[in-house]
Amino acid sequence: MAIEVRDVNKSFGTTPVLRDVSIDVKSGSLTALLGPSGGGKSTLLRVIAGLEQPDTGTVRISGVDATRLSPQRRNVGFVFQHYAAFKHLTVFRNVAFGLEIRKRPKDEIRKRVMELLELVHLEQMADRYPSQLSGGQRQRMALARALAVEPEVLLLDEPFGALDAQVRKELRTWLRRLHDEVHVTTVFVTHDQEEAIEVADTIVVLADGEVKQVGSPAEVYDNPADPFVMRFLGPVTEIGGNLVRPHDIEISAGPVEGGTAATVSRVVRLGFEVRVELTVEGRDAWVQVTRGFAEQLALTPGDVVNVRPAPGARSLTLAAV
Amino acid sequence: MAKHGLRVIAIAYLFFLLVLPVGLIVWRTFGDGLGPFVEALTSASAVHAFQVTLTVALWAVAANTVFGIGTAILLVRHNFPGKRLLNALIDLPMAVSPVVVGLALILVYGKFAPVGGLLESWGVQVIFSTPGMVLATVFVALPLVVRAVVPVLEELGDEQEQAAHTLGASRLQTFLRITLPGIRWALAYGVVLCLARSLGEYGAVAVVSGRLVDQTQTLTLFVEERFQNFDQPAAFAAATALALIAVITLLLTKFLRPKG
Ligand SMILES: Nc1ncnc2c1ncn2[C@@H]1O[C@H](COP(=O)(O)OP(=O)(O)O)[C@@H](O)[C@H]1O
Ligand SMILES: [Mg+2]
Repeated sequence: MAIEVRDVNKSFGTTPVLRDVSIDVKSGSLTALLGPSGGGKSTLLRVIAGLEQPDTGTVRISGVDATRLSPQRRNVGFVFQHYAAFKHLTVFRNVAFGLEIRKRPKDEIRKRVMELLELVHLEQMADRYPSQLSGGQRQRMALARALAVEPEVLLLDEPFGALDAQVRKELRTWLRRLHDEVHVTTVFVTHDQEEAIEVADTIVVLADGEVKQVGSPAEVYDNPADPFVMRFLGPVTEIGGNLVRPHDIEISAGPVEGGTAATVSRVVRLGFEVRVELTVEGRDAWVQVTRGFAEQLALTPGDVVNVRPAPGARSLTLAAV
Repeated sequence: MAKHGLRVIAIAYLFFLLVLPVGLIVWRTFGDGLGPFVEALTSASAVHAFQVTLTVALWAVAANTVFGIGTAILLVRHNFPGKRLLNALIDLPMAVSPVVVGLALILVYGKFAPVGGLLESWGVQVIFSTPGMVLATVFVALPLVVRAVVPVLEELGDEQEQAAHTLGASRLQTFLRITLPGIRWALAYGVVLCLARSLGEYGAVAVVSGRLVDQTQTLTLFVEERFQNFDQPAAFAAATALALIAVITLLLTKFLRPKG
């Protein structure tokens, strides 16, 4: 294991922020810490980096107990949401920082920094200052800077959170490819489930300071541990006291086995997909179908149809309220 | 119309308060050419006063720079009991009259006071000597560096410092390579203000120095003493020199400000 967090508790004042958190991060993996804002993701990441001290519990990095080690000695790479670029240093000097601290020979530093700048596609920007870069470029610089010292683990706190949607998507794909190239154990924080599912090979769902579930993106999406995780990872709707994914529901014109009668209240076309809003047993629900399917059934508001979970669909029974 | 009136009032106000008096000093100084000015400033007493002023000011600036950076970091980066009190105390010298500062120092460090007596027995004379004048100057110029640095340090945030730590930098390395360059313009601004205040200080230094001519006489004390002794050329020449220093610092601060 590259990172082992055991029974970590952390409070700010009287507010508990992490509660008995234990996670294992496999060497070479790309793990997402996913959860709603305020859930303690940043705090956990900062505890791993040594930027916060846990009240109780331990952190081991590459098998070594790092709980009492200062961040200076943990050899972790940390990338901040707002880049934390050294404003008074050029891109080259930013990336060289960790190597200069380690007093590496000048020509070795030059070689390594230029390699890294090539890796993050900033070789043309070496002599610029951070203020002359775009947000995406600054974040790539920050990444190169963190990678320069060959960290045991790379920690990224909402690395794309401050970027606009387009750049965000590009960088996501790019991070995945970079990880396939560099293989450094990476943990990144995000509150965007799509980002976590697309980029990570393991997802840790953290909410209210507790680990709710750990698993591959498919596991967490298909077999959510509880209604909270199910809701957080994707769209859900409620039919017959069960929480179901809206694309996991079948609509048929006639009665079917295990089906429930429903009245169509609205049909919304969203390009390729169609969102069918229904009333089932007096409650609002919705189903996602393809455009072709909606046209085939000629669904219009007021129609009475039958709905049932598709075979193999995952659903969670909600406790009766 | 109202705008015009305001402008006239403002200009007249500044003219009678600032331009006229300073202009007259310069006029009187150079009325008989540059010769008397140079002569007055190169007299043994004047040169000595310059030296005393410089010595006291440099020590005071050095002390306030170190204290100022340290306190600013303490106030911005750390939480501790008594932080608000410290924050309030730093501005105290702005509110207290320098004369009171001088008297208070005599009460503590005078020959017949407990602390002063102890120091005296070790051969250190504070009052009526350079250490006392440095103390007084440090006191009156105390807030300047702190107040210049604090807002910039706050704006800088601590993420760059944390990034440096995770990259392997020690506290000292982080301070020298990240924090100090981050606050350098604000620090320079504070230091220049502090220097100006130290060079121009009169009240507190007047009390603790004992005004010993050719011994503890600073430039401001020299001006006053020459003036009292009807040596107006010397008084005006030294006053002009002080005003010139003030103008230079003003220009320096204008130059430093936008970058801070
Ligand atoms: N330094 C701090 N002092 C006090 N409270 C904090 C501090 N850092 C975080 N918190 C609180 O801890 C909780 C979790 O914060 P955080 O770990 O940043 O969550 P996330 O990154 O998941 O949004 C929040 O309620 C936040 O207000
Ligand atoms: Mg966060």
